[in-house]
Amino acid sequence: MNYEEDLYKEIILENYRSKKNKGAIEGASFHAEGANPSCGDDLELFLSVNNGVIERITYDGIGCSICCAGANLLCEALTGRSFEEALGIVAQFKGMLLEEQEPDFDDAISDLEAMQGVKKYPVRIKCALLAWNTVEGILNDAK
Amino acid sequence: MRSSVSVDKTLTRSGLDIAKIREDFPNLGRSMRGKSFVYLDNGATSLKPRQVIESEVRYYEEYCANIHRGVYEFSEIATEEYDSIRAKVAHFIGAPADGHVIFTRGTTESVNVVMNGWGRKNIGAGDVILISEIEHHANYVTWQQLAQEKGARLEFIPALPDGSFDLNNLDALFDMPVKFVAVTAMSNVTGYKPDLKTIIDTAHRHGVPVLVDAAQYASHHTVNVAELDCDFLCFSGHKMCGPTGIGVLYGRESLLEEMDPFMYGGDMVVRVKRDTSSFKPLPERFEAGTPNIAGVMGLGAAVDYLQGIGMEAIAEHEQHLIEYTLMRAAEFPDLISYGPADHSSRGAIFSFNLGDVHSHDVGSILDQEGIAVRTGFHCAQPIMRLFGIPGTVRASMYLYNDIDDIDMLFTGLDKVRGIFNR
Ligand SMILES: Cc1ncc(COP(=O)(O)O)c(C=O)c1O
Repeated sequence: MNYEEDLYKEIILENYRSKKNKGAIEGASFHAEGANPSCGDDLELFLSVNNGVIERITYDGIGCSICCAGANLLCEALTGRSFEEALGIVAQFKGMLLEEQEPDFDDAISDLEAMQGVKKYPVRIKCALLAWNTVEGILNDAK
Repeated sequence: MRSSVSVDKTLTRSGLDIAKIREDFPNLGRSMRGKSFVYLDNGATSLKPRQVIESEVRYYEEYCANIHRGVYEFSEIATEEYDSIRAKVAHFIGAPADGHVIFTRGTTESVNVVMNGWGRKNIGAGDVILISEIEHHANYVTWQQLAQEKGARLEFIPALPDGSFDLNNLDALFDMPVKFVAVTAMSNVTGYKPDLKTIIDTAHRHGVPVLVDAAQYASHHTVNVAELDCDFLCFSGHKMCGPTGIGVLYGRESLLEEMDPFMYGGDMVVRVKRDTSSFKPLPERFEAGTPNIAGVMGLGAAVDYLQGIGMEAIAEHEQHLIEYTLMRAAEFPDLISYGPADHSSRGAIFSFNLGDVHSHDVGSILDQEGIAVRTGFHCAQPIMRLFGIPGTVRASMYLYNDIDDIDMLFTGLDKVRGIFNR
């Protein structure tokens, strides 16, 4: 596969352009910032949590297509999850990009597999993972 | 593909034979990501000609020895060579008799030597250090930290929205208790070359010394510190065809004399007693320890190389490249380029964004096309704040770039648009 299919496939560009999960949540239960200073990715995540379940999750900020697509996919995948479930998905997503793990996501979140091609482009992995590392920090701190 | 019938393109009006120059740079013959390599990241570092690489190899293979120490022939040769390159560099920058060339690791270290030696001694609470918002972090953070340490404050030469300076009320800035001025000779983001002469003359009328960051300027233009009358000038070998890890601090003798050395140790002392030491004269007092000898050999070869081609011709060739680039850029309505519209005050640096595509995406697609550019904030966050953007794509040119390189850049940008507009 060439880079257009790995990095700039339709599904990644759609998630990059989507505004559905973009913006701040007033009075969010959790909020954290993440940045990749060398490439100018700079994101904030907002989580509103009720009874241990993530009801809504949004991101705001500036990032490249891979970074924003990663953030939007994260928002989609973690909405409605318990912290436990969310951490499981984060671990699987990171495993897909950082280790040799073959992804095996639920059908509902199988779009996450679209990011697997990023693995071949080492400098872009940290873009894809920025939101995921940030949310992992929030979830671990909250435990 | 590099076109084979590019005689009219490579023989630009500077008269330089670019095709021939390109043969001196082994890196240019390589391919990147399977495409012919287009290097447009000269602002970060330049490629090295064979002559420079060979000069370092020659030192290591033929007369490797420490300097100022051995009593044997090879050490003598190395010492002579080292000292003669100091004189060569002084001549290259037009240093006057009361000025000294000190070898450092690069621009960053040069600025820090002055901050430590002159700044710490002379700048105190309430004083003003005058810099600008278009500085590289090397000439920004260094003074910011000194200001914090001393309770002094930073003030800025006013910048216009295009990143050039407004010098109309320069004189009035010195109503503030300005103690030192540190300013770039050429922005690493926009290529803007401020009117240094006016800044230096004004500062001197108020008795204030001026440091010039020539990291970007010195590789492309003739420098004449005597004419410029600056007090300090800093630049890096690696941006001017030389090796990494070697740079220059030029300083005026009267100021260097009152400065404390940045580092202490061997090679800079005359006599060491139990509790006190006396130090060597300038410039060796500022070169403690074994210096980057091979780097100095490489820097000497780089100066020879550039002078052999001619700094005026290099500047003219690059002027032609930037004009051509800006002309091509005008074909892209969604391309925003940064920097003054007046070409005559600009070096060959082209910073831009393409529509709302993030610079990292542009750089990444260009990389896949074999084209090396820099993306992000280029160690210059204050100017990004001035422009109100997180970053740019930067194509920075040098003597071996030609019109084909620029055309390939724009072909690459077409590709970016194709991917993001589908
Ligand atoms: C204008 C300017 N100043 C200072 C520096 C720092 O140079 P060095 O990293 O060689 O110390 C650079 C290099 O990027 C530069 O472009």
